[in-house]
Amino acid sequence: MIVERRGWRVRGLKLWLPLGFFLVFTLFPFYWMAITSLKPNSELYSRKIMPLIVYHPTLEHFVNLLTETSFLTWTYNTMLVAVVSTGISLVFGVMLAYPLARMRFAGAALVSFAVAATYLVPQPLLFIPLADIINRLGLGDTLTSVILTYPTLLVPFCAWLLMGYFKSVPHELEDAARIDGATRLQTMFRVFLPLCIPGFISAGIFAFTLAQNEFLYALIFLTKTDVRTVPVGAIAELVRGDVFYWGQLMAAALLGSIPVAIIYSFFVEHYVAGLTSGGVKA
Amino acid sequence: MSAHTETLTRPAIRPRAKPSLRRWTEREGVFSWLMVIPPVLFLVALVGYPFVYGIWLSLENRPVARAGEFIGIGNFVANFHDPVFWQVAQNTFVYTFAATALKMAGGLALALVMNQDFRFKNSIRAIMLLPFIVPTVLSTIAWMWILDPSFSVVNWFLIRWGIANPGPSWLGNPSLAMFSLIMVNTWRGLPFYAITLLAGLQTISPELYEAATIDGATALARFRYVTLPLLKPVIFIVTMFSVIFTFSDFQLVYVLTRGGPANATHLFATYAFDVAMGAGQFGLGASIALSMLPPLALLIAGMAWYMRGEKQ
Repeated sequence: MIVERRGWRVRGLKLWLPLGFFLVFTLFPFYWMAITSLKPNSELYSRKIMPLIVYHPTLEHFVNLLTETSFLTWTYNTMLVAVVSTGISLVFGVMLAYPLARMRFAGAALVSFAVAATYLVPQPLLFIPLADIINRLGLGDTLTSVILTYPTLLVPFCAWLLMGYFKSVPHELEDAARIDGATRLQTMFRVFLPLCIPGFISAGIFAFTLAQNEFLYALIFLTKTDVRTVPVGAIAELVRGDVFYWGQLMAAALLGSIPVAIIYSFFVEHYVAGLTSGGVKA
Repeated sequence: MSAHTETLTRPAIRPRAKPSLRRWTEREGVFSWLMVIPPVLFLVALVGYPFVYGIWLSLENRPVARAGEFIGIGNFVANFHDPVFWQVAQNTFVYTFAATALKMAGGLALALVMNQDFRFKNSIRAIMLLPFIVPTVLSTIAWMWILDPSFSVVNWFLIRWGIANPGPSWLGNPSLAMFSLIMVNTWRGLPFYAITLLAGLQTISPELYEAATIDGATALARFRYVTLPLLKPVIFIVTMFSVIFTFSDFQLVYVLTRGGPANATHLFATYAFDVAMGAGQFGLGASIALSMLPPLALLIAGMAWYMRGEKQ
């Protein structure tokens, strides 16, 4: 970088002031989520007292959430669905990305175009026909319905990200394995894929957060309490009639966000690598 | 030498007793297709088929749980005469353009700010991405409470500082509701823009800036003639994703306003949802959802065309 000899005032103006603004903008909703979930109802619904502080923190909303609602079931469902659909997507993603990135075959251009096209198809274009298809298959209100449909969003994305990663691996190791008599499958499993673990982590973390985030299919396919995921459960069941249980809603939002945030925090660098390499569904 | 050939060749020519099927699957083209076919079939079954089926549905009059009746382009004609449909189209365009512009400007600003050297850079970058990774519906619930009609924290400050009393109804007034949605969308999408553009900025060689500085370029000129042209491909990709997924947004609107007040914030996706799932008109709903496709394709084609023009 160019050495700029400027004082801390300039640095404050050019760096910390705008950075502070963006940080406050980014974090305020999370702060608000956290303190609302700790406020007793008397503070929650008072227009008099300063709202940014909790005077008498309480865990009552968390206790109610965990005992009176099916929040734990929803969490379990969300995790199960996210993990299974991420797994399926990684397997299918490899099956697409490996030949597309490492081999030449007739029709490769067509396949990669098809993957790119499915990557860009917005979900709302498909939910009505899919709702009908899922109903006819008798899969309504089963977790299978979302486990089957989430990979349609995740596979193209995983394939795309992995293709980029696969292309960056040098060919020599595979060539050596082939010359030593390894079959293509052996080369792939024993030599190639172990080199690509960072790529799998990037794609996996990404797919996992996308799966946790999915709402539309879950909203349509899952209408019974015991099969719902956290986002759908929170919206559909913590709002009873026109009454909003804000404390519980915020506790649910917070607890629902924490697992993703923790996993994300462990793999930030992989996540950023994935984000910036392929672009993402946002 | 000839005396030794027998012993030498025996291990070397050991005939491979592999079945010919094995040899067939070892061929590059065959192996590739065997790998690719299962995921391709999966995508054809659950993306390709629903897509085509959606087109078919859009040509039918089909109340829920009843047999459809083919009516040609009847649904599209009905949409054409439906003022709500045009309102929805307008909302979607306003929402997409405003939110994308804000995300682009804010994201670029944040990326430039973060492209300086400072402590805790990686941690701050990680924190900045939180809105993007936390499930949208859950963070939107927090926004719903921030913008609540009676207990909005924003209004608490507006009233306390004597700016407005009573505070505005952030989700109850048609234009304000749209404004609020655009802000929340910006909040969620800005980090993606910023971090991707930051990665783009970091690939620009410092020598280019040094050369420009030596040539007497001001900071503004360096940005205009070095940064921006080199960043354009990244900006294009990010904007394309942003446009597609803002245009087809569902979650934010469904949680915050459900399209209200008086359809002022309905987008194609939420309106199609209401018509198909709420009113049970699958055919009409499918036709509304499908109406997203031409404008979206045009937008993307236009952007691609613009980019190509820039390159030449």
